Formats: sequence, structure tokens, C-alpha cells
Amino acid sequence: MPETQPTPTTASGPANGSQVMPPNAPPGVTQATAVKMAAPKTDYKPSDVSPQRRVQRSFAVRLWSVRHSRLLEWFYAKFADAFLTLHPLWKSIGYGRVEAPVKFIEKRVKGFMFDCRMCGQCVLSSTGMSCPMNCPKQLRNGPCGGVRANGHCEVEPDMPCVWVKAWEGSRQMVHGDKILDVQKPVDQSLRETSAWLRVTAQAAAAREAAKAANTGASA
Amino acid sequence: MIVNQRDENPAGPHLPLERLPGHTSLGRLERVLRRGEFAVTTELNPPDSADPEDVYNRARIFDGWVDAINAVDASGANCHMSSVGICALLTRMGYAPIMQIACRDKNRIAIQGDVLGGAAMGVANMLCLTGDGVQAGDQPGAKPVFDLDCMSLLETVRIMRDNGKFLSGRKLTTPPQVFLGAAINPFAPPYDFRPFRLGKKIAAGAQFVQSQYCFDVQMFRTYMQRVRDLGYTEKVFILCGVGPLASAKTAKWIRSNVPGIRIPDAVLKRLEGAQDQKKEGKQLCIDIINEVKEIPGVSGIHVMAYRQEEYVAEIVDESGVLKGRQPWKREARDDDRMVADRLDQILNEDLTETQVDMVKSAH
Repeated sequence: MPETQPTPTTASGPANGSQVMPPNAPPGVTQATAVKMAAPKTDYKPSDVSPQRRVQRSFAVRLWSVRHSRLLEWFYAKFADAFLTLHPLWKSIGYGRVEAPVKFIEKRVKGFMFDCRMCGQCVLSSTGMSCPMNCPKQLRNGPCGGVRANGHCEVEPDMPCVWVKAWEGSRQMVHGDKILDVQKPVDQSLRETSAWLRVTAQAAAAREAAKAANTGASA
Repeated sequence: MIVNQRDENPAGPHLPLERLPGHTSLGRLERVLRRGEFAVTTELNPPDSADPEDVYNRARIFDGWVDAINAVDASGANCHMSSVGICALLTRMGYAPIMQIACRDKNRIAIQGDVLGGAAMGVANMLCLTGDGVQAGDQPGAKPVFDLDCMSLLETVRIMRDNGKFLSGRKLTTPPQVFLGAAINPFAPPYDFRPFRLGKKIAAGAQFVQSQYCFDVQMFRTYMQRVRDLGYTEKVFILCGVGPLASAKTAKWIRSNVPGIRIPDAVLKRLEGAQDQKKEGKQLCIDIINEVKEIPGVSGIHVMAYRQEEYVAEIVDESGVLKGRQPWKREARDDDRMVADRLDQILNEDLTETQVDMVKSAH
């Protein structure tokens, strides 16, 4: 090592040294407010909604779906059966090849109906047709402790809590008690895949396994 | 009579050292590097267990041969004991851990908290990494965080240390006193940009860097030439990453499966031609060290001997990089010895003393 030793602080100075820094919050003011107030003043101010709300500003359709959860449950059961009968078709084309067009439709249909986030492992029928991925904490097993007295979300004050709606929706459904099942952690590697096709392939595999077991038992 | 070693707090090896002028940390690694000694660091293979003995046993292999031990943060996105946990155990025993922080698993809130916690436990060195993607590891279904990247992480910790503030601007009552590290990989494209990337890391706060495995010495030499021309060797301590290849098969596997590690054909040929490939791999590592240590601007080596940790001592010894210097080693101190002797007496000497006898022998 040469004699010239590195100086303790290697860069010329802190990047944000001149910036106004919020002090520790005075009593009666939350830290978030202190940080917000100390932010540099500019003409551009984003409208005061979260990134999530900038994408999705109206909850009307989502709430309609929850109100009609029983109808949608019935419809989905028929739809899933139809998809399953088409299993030979999907198989002959190849699930991988059919994925793109199916996903295209699924994303738009479920996006419109439920504000679907394409997690790829749909649990709508276990959550009263209220998509849990719309929860800012992405809770999949029930509401957090912060739900407001008016049933709205603690993070998004003007959004009705996804899980309050889920409970209401599930009470109208035939298999509404599926809401009591403990859900596994989300497999993030399945994001942006078609849940319809995955469920169909799994159901077909289960049906074949059951058939094989039956013939094996009778033989 | 054991004399206190150099770079050890006289009140106990687990306590922080006195801060020397111009130093930013209370640790041993910074002292070694700033004295101009050739530093040796290594990596501890993190256990998949909750037994502290596993960590102590794995660290003991390096006793007296390395200046600091990297506590890896789920390297390769594989789940192991956390770097914070390993650091807590190592600092308790007086070792000098380098706490790796990867941006894959923790957002800025968790990271800043861990920086404070680590520094409070006596961690003097922190190495800021971006981290491998979750797809590379044993749990590809995990959510990748990557809230910060290595550069902004370096800056975050530097701001915490030098300005005594969180990223939000809130004040810290006691800032963490750490020696900041980063990683470099001169062996991956874009080669022209790599030296400037080091410059960015220095600007962000890096004080020492450890490189990826070096098997292509010529390429490393070219990189160092460029880095010297830019004047970076005056601002940062560069530790070259080296390690033994277990066999030609391992080398081939690394070549096709681990991006960012460059293994030239000559190295592969040399391993394939050898009788004892493992021994040849070790010899190759020593040869590379001997070449690398002569390159101006190289301040030390970082020996990564994954699952061959037992060879680290031999590699360091046979390459002679320490030049007779002995890094800190955990040794029994005078008071430990007294306790041990007394215990030995109680356990092994078969005598029943009455209080009256004790008083007599006490005088």
C-alpha cells in the first residue's frame, strides 16, 4: 500500500448534505408528517394517492363482484368444468403454448372484475371473490389489526378493507367456509402466469390419478 | 504468561478497539490495512443450524491465519443462518467479522436497523452487496426486495456513519462506526466500465473492496493498471478474491453455472492434467496469490474456500503473504487460565477440604 492513506470519508461529501432534514418529530406530530413537511418544495406535487391507487382509482366493479359472490361462485364452477373438459385440447396444443393467449384474456377479465394482480395462484373462491392481493400488505389469511372503525383500510383510508369485503362475500357463498383454510405463502415465481390453466392441469392430473386408483382397486 | 496481542482490547477480546486517528471503525481489519500490512480475509460457510457451536467450530479453522471473516448473507440466495446472527456470535468470541448485507431480502428499514444492531454488537466491517436474484437459490418463490442497490446501500451506511442520520434525515444518537466494503468483479463485461464502477463505489463510500474469484491474472492485472491510472488505489484497499478449485469437474460446473466467474482454458487444462486434482487446485491458488500479491495496489487477498475451509491456513502459509506476521488469534488470557487451573484443581484433585483447612492454605 502506498503511503498515501485513504481518507476516512472517501467521497467528497454527503450527497444530501445541503438538504433540509426533518427534525425528530415534535410532540403531537407524526414522524411521517415531519418528513413530509421537510421535503424540498417544488411546483410538482403528485396527487396524494399511493402508487397502488394511481393504477386503480375506483372500487365500483370490485365491490359489485363481492356483492354477487354467490353468482360468481356458481359461474366459476361451470367455467372451471368447461375448462377442464377442454383439457385434451390444451394438452394437444401444449399448455406452454396456450399460456400467452389465455393469460391475455384472464388478466383483462379478472383485472376488470376483481382488480386482479396476476399472482398466478388465484384464491378468489376462498376469499369471497375479493382479491387479497389488493391488500397493501398482501395478506392472504385474513384482515390485519389495523382495520378502521368504518371498515376501511389503515394504509389506504378511502379503500374498503379487502378482508372486510371478503368476509361479507364469503357469507353469501355455498363454499364460503373455504375462507377458514390457512393459505400457503405466495410463490412469487408464479407471478404473471395463468391460474386458470394451472388449476385445470392440476384438476386433470387429480382426476386421472383418481381414475387410476379406481381401476386399480376394481381389478 | 500470555501477552495481550496486537489489536486486542486489553479489557477483553470481544470489546471494541480504541479508535485511531483517521480511522472510521473500531476494528482490526482497518488497522491492519492502514498499517500497510497485507491483509487476509476469508469466508465462513454459514451453517444450516441453530447451534452456536457450529459457527465457533467453523471459525476456529481460521484462527491465527486471517484478519477478518466474511459472514455471508444468504449467498446464492440459499437460506442459511443470517449474517447478523453469525456476527453476533463471532464478535462475542473476539473475531473480526465482515458483515455482508445483501439488498435482496431486506428493505431500507430493515437494513438500517441491522446496521445499527450490528455496530452495537461490535461489528466493525460491513460489506454492501446487491445480492443474487432469488431465482438462483433454494427458494425461488420468495419475493425479491432490492429496495436499495449496492451503491445506494453504501451511501446509506456512509450517511449514517458520517452524518449521524438515517436516510430519512432523522438523527442518530450514536452513529455506527464501521469500515465500509464493497465487491468488485473485474472479470465480467462491460470490461471498460468496471474500473469506473469501482470509482462510483468509492464515491458512494467504499473503503475496501473484495473481488470475485480471480483465475485470470492477466485480466486482473489489466484492470489494476486502469484502476491505478485513475488514482483509485490511493482511495480504496483492494483485496483480490482467490480460492482453490476442488477438481476440473468443479471448474467446469462453475464455468457453465455460475455467472461472473471466469476460468481460462489454461487453468482447466492444468487441473485436468494433474494426478491429484484437489492438490493441484490448491497449488494453483497459491500460484495465483504469488502473482497477485506483486501487483501494485493490491492490499490483500480474500480466500474463498467453500467446503475446503481446512485449506485456507495451508494456502495462506505456503503463499507466505503474511511475511511472518500472525493475525489475531483467540487465546486464553491470564484470568481464563486462572479459572481453568482452579477448575482443574476442583475436578481432579481428590481432596475434601474443610473451611478450616482452606483458611490455613489461603495464608
